[in-house]
Amino acid sequence: MPGSTQGSDLTDELLLPTVSPRRMAFNRFVGHRAAVASVFVLGTMVLFVALSPLTARYGVNEAVQAPPNYFLSPRANAWLGTDDIGRDLYSRLIYGVRVSLIIGFFSAIISVVIGCVVGAVAGFRGGRFDDITMRVTDLFLAFPFLVTLLVMRNMLGAIDWLRPVMGDISSVRFIILLFAIFGWMGVARIVRGQVLALKEREFIEAARAVGATRWYIVRRHLLPNSVGPIMVALTFSVVSAIIGEATLAFFGYGPQAGAGATSLGILVGQAKGAVNTGFWWLALFPCLVLVTIALSINFIGDALRDATDPRMQKDA
Amino acid sequence: MLRFIVRRLAWSIPTLFFVTFLVYIALRIGTDPVESYKRINPRVTPAKIQQYIEVNGLDPNYVRGYFQWLVNFVTLDWPRSIKGSREVWPQLKDALANTLRLGAAASTVGISVGLLLGIFAALRPGGRRDVTVNTAAFVGISIPPYVSAILLQLLFAVYWSRWFGSTLFPTSGVYPPGHTGFNLVLMLKHMVLPTSVVAIQIIAVYARYMRSSLLDVLSSEYMRTARSKGISERRVLFKHGLRNALIPVVTIAALDVGAIVGGLIITENIFSYPGMGKYFLSAFGEGDFPLLMPWMVLIVASVLVFNLLADVSYAWLDPRIRLD
Amino acid sequence: MSESILQIRDLTVTFATPLGPLVAVRGVDLDVGAGELVAVVGESGSGKSVSFLAAMGLLPSTATVQGSVMLDGVQLVGASAKQMRSVRGRLLSMIFQDPLSALNPVHRIGAQISEMLRAHQKMSERAARARAVELLEVVGIPQPGDRAMQYPHEFSGGMRQRVVIAMAIANSPKVLIADEPTTALDVTVQAQILEVIQKVQKQFGTAVVLITHDLGVVARVCDRVNVMYAGRFVERAAVSDLFDAPTHPYTRGLLASLPQAGKERLVPIVGFPPNMLRPPSGCAFRARCADAISDCEHAVPELRAVGAAQSACIRAAELMQPR
Repeated sequence: MPGSTQGSDLTDELLLPTVSPRRMAFNRFVGHRAAVASVFVLGTMVLFVALSPLTARYGVNEAVQAPPNYFLSPRANAWLGTDDIGRDLYSRLIYGVRVSLIIGFFSAIISVVIGCVVGAVAGFRGGRFDDITMRVTDLFLAFPFLVTLLVMRNMLGAIDWLRPVMGDISSVRFIILLFAIFGWMGVARIVRGQVLALKEREFIEAARAVGATRWYIVRRHLLPNSVGPIMVALTFSVVSAIIGEATLAFFGYGPQAGAGATSLGILVGQAKGAVNTGFWWLALFPCLVLVTIALSINFIGDALRDATDPRMQKDA
Repeated sequence: MLRFIVRRLAWSIPTLFFVTFLVYIALRIGTDPVESYKRINPRVTPAKIQQYIEVNGLDPNYVRGYFQWLVNFVTLDWPRSIKGSREVWPQLKDALANTLRLGAAASTVGISVGLLLGIFAALRPGGRRDVTVNTAAFVGISIPPYVSAILLQLLFAVYWSRWFGSTLFPTSGVYPPGHTGFNLVLMLKHMVLPTSVVAIQIIAVYARYMRSSLLDVLSSEYMRTARSKGISERRVLFKHGLRNALIPVVTIAALDVGAIVGGLIITENIFSYPGMGKYFLSAFGEGDFPLLMPWMVLIVASVLVFNLLADVSYAWLDPRIRLD
Repeated sequence: MSESILQIRDLTVTFATPLGPLVAVRGVDLDVGAGELVAVVGESGSGKSVSFLAAMGLLPSTATVQGSVMLDGVQLVGASAKQMRSVRGRLLSMIFQDPLSALNPVHRIGAQISEMLRAHQKMSERAARARAVELLEVVGIPQPGDRAMQYPHEFSGGMRQRVVIAMAIANSPKVLIADEPTTALDVTVQAQILEVIQKVQKQFGTAVVLITHDLGVVARVCDRVNVMYAGRFVERAAVSDLFDAPTHPYTRGLLASLPQAGKERLVPIVGFPPNMLRPPSGCAFRARCADAISDCEHAVPELRAVGAAQSACIRAAELMQPR
């Protein structure tokens, strides 16, 4: 990518890319190919989850066969093996991915909505509101996330008057809201940065000069210009919520989604116990699914950033 | 520069008070220290409970309670842990030493390998090695530390010995059970796997940042000027490129300390490594207020110190930044 | 004209792009005499910068350079990287358009100049520092001793360009290429920088190639002008001839678009430069030329003598009328 193209010799500059265009195209192709594959993988997973009555072979707590049925290695009636009480890992993965995806998407959407509002207001209004929100986000972002998450989880779960909103501490709703409470900060920073950058641009000044209202400017200029970064932020908050849930569940602080219901985190957490006994399938498959989901969403987010970053459009 | 550091340090003291106050409230609401004390010590007398409340600053009034705790903390009159009534400082000290060793090893390996990979990739943008490094780094940031830890444990704790008949790397603790005294080789062997898990994260993050930062620098005009001087390509890269490329990397480094600490907590727990992370998780699980508060103070202080360090090294690398 | 120090023959530069090969420079010939100040004028993208970056060996790896560039009897096209390194900064150096981005922000000015010195001369660090201060004085920087210890961001635009010049002349090169040295500067500073360049040319006997799109700059300092369009020279003339009696319609267009006292309004050249990926047949300027005839389509016109000048317009003689 050529660096600066200010000045008159724009075309001369464009003739001198430091990265050869062909290689760049190759690079982009690989990046996008990964993103396309990721969409396909993720789509397949969503389909499997949505059609769980058809795709899952057993109920969430159903044993695959009469005892002895525990710790069976992968076989015909349990494709990915069974756990300590004879439940089918393949079916439980489908149920677990369902809970994880719900947590990821809902908490990401809530974070993005809160983040957009707070970021836009902070950016437009500036002043004390801006100062305080940015200080708070700085503080939270600098602190070890896992520690904050655990401490805040316990605190929010112990406040009685929050329970009607947050739900019980071990519910899926609680986890979704918990991640939303942290997730908006990153989004707010991005949106605020966009607003500050846009405020300086001529077309906003022009719109203001002809008497456009603030809401009109937000709707017609700010939102269309921020869709790219917001989409990218959305994908990354989905990943961080899914991984975050798995982390909490791994240490036993995750959701207990009703009797026997499961999540990806719970399944990965079980792997901890399976390691030293050599029940490799219990460790390998949940980890593989988790990493696949995280990797796919990261690839999609990266491709979205490439596609929407105006700095990258020059060589399109 | 010195004035800036002094002023920042002076500012960090009220910040430390404020943040520890927040932590104090969060822990009191979240872990209910008195209830935890009663749960761990079921047959404790009311007088003992009253004494516990006083030494820990657990007055029903949060502000008064916080200042009680603060006075005890600053005068080094630290209460004993609720479980087994042990002194806190010796435990915290050992945990800190173990974690610093693990963190330093992982950061050294992670940062140097990460930066090298980033440079390596950026020198041939779009080439095969660039695509490989970039993809690998992507996979690296997508793997949570407990996943790589579990998979490494599975490989080394179970299958390595099954396949090759001997254990290569131990998967838990600092020493084998029952070992006493200092043994460097044994200790290093125990550190290999936890260090790798934390380092993988650091490598992935730094390789990506370094790559994109160096790519920006390589296409800048002062690199062309440097080349027009007729100096060697190596000198162009090292003398003119790297220092500029490091400037944005340093800013993110401070922000990343939090993530590294998170990775350490997870890793230590899985590898039963007796460090700050394991200390925190067990203390948090039991609601052990006397153990938790000093730990928190230490973490908050180190976050503040690392932020200061990042600002200072930023200014040191970039003469355009003036600290005052 | 004295013996030429820089001799360019049939220089062609091709870039590999995703849309196919792009020939940015198409068979350029140029002679620069020792100590001469020559201008190369053209629009953005006409290939003027690319030609001389090719001579410096500073083009990216996507570029293919053909033809011949002889500097003081040394062939630069196809020279090894090591040979090019010993030429760059010693015999041939370059000043870039934007002095802010051309200087490394994290190194002191004095260090950046002494690096240039020590790259080509056996010199102690201390001697190089002392020489750097002298050079800063030559280009007219006040308190050069103190300024040498400062960083680029502590200088104004004009002062920065003086620093870049000091660096470029550090090893008394035979040829100095000034690529739009005044474009990024304030109008008031431009004249000063041109003076510095002229001073350097006289004092060190350095030949200067001034690349610019601004005929106003050319009028002030140069002896000979070469007008470039779409990768070719379309006119060469002495400065006075060019302004009095331009032989090529493109040059006439450039002059008409130049602001002048007493002129009612500026007349821009209509249209855009041709797409260099698919250049038109015949004369590249014909689509924008008011005087084009059907013959212009047939062959690429060569430079031919028209009076004292050379022109690549087939109707040059017939269109020229004294003003």
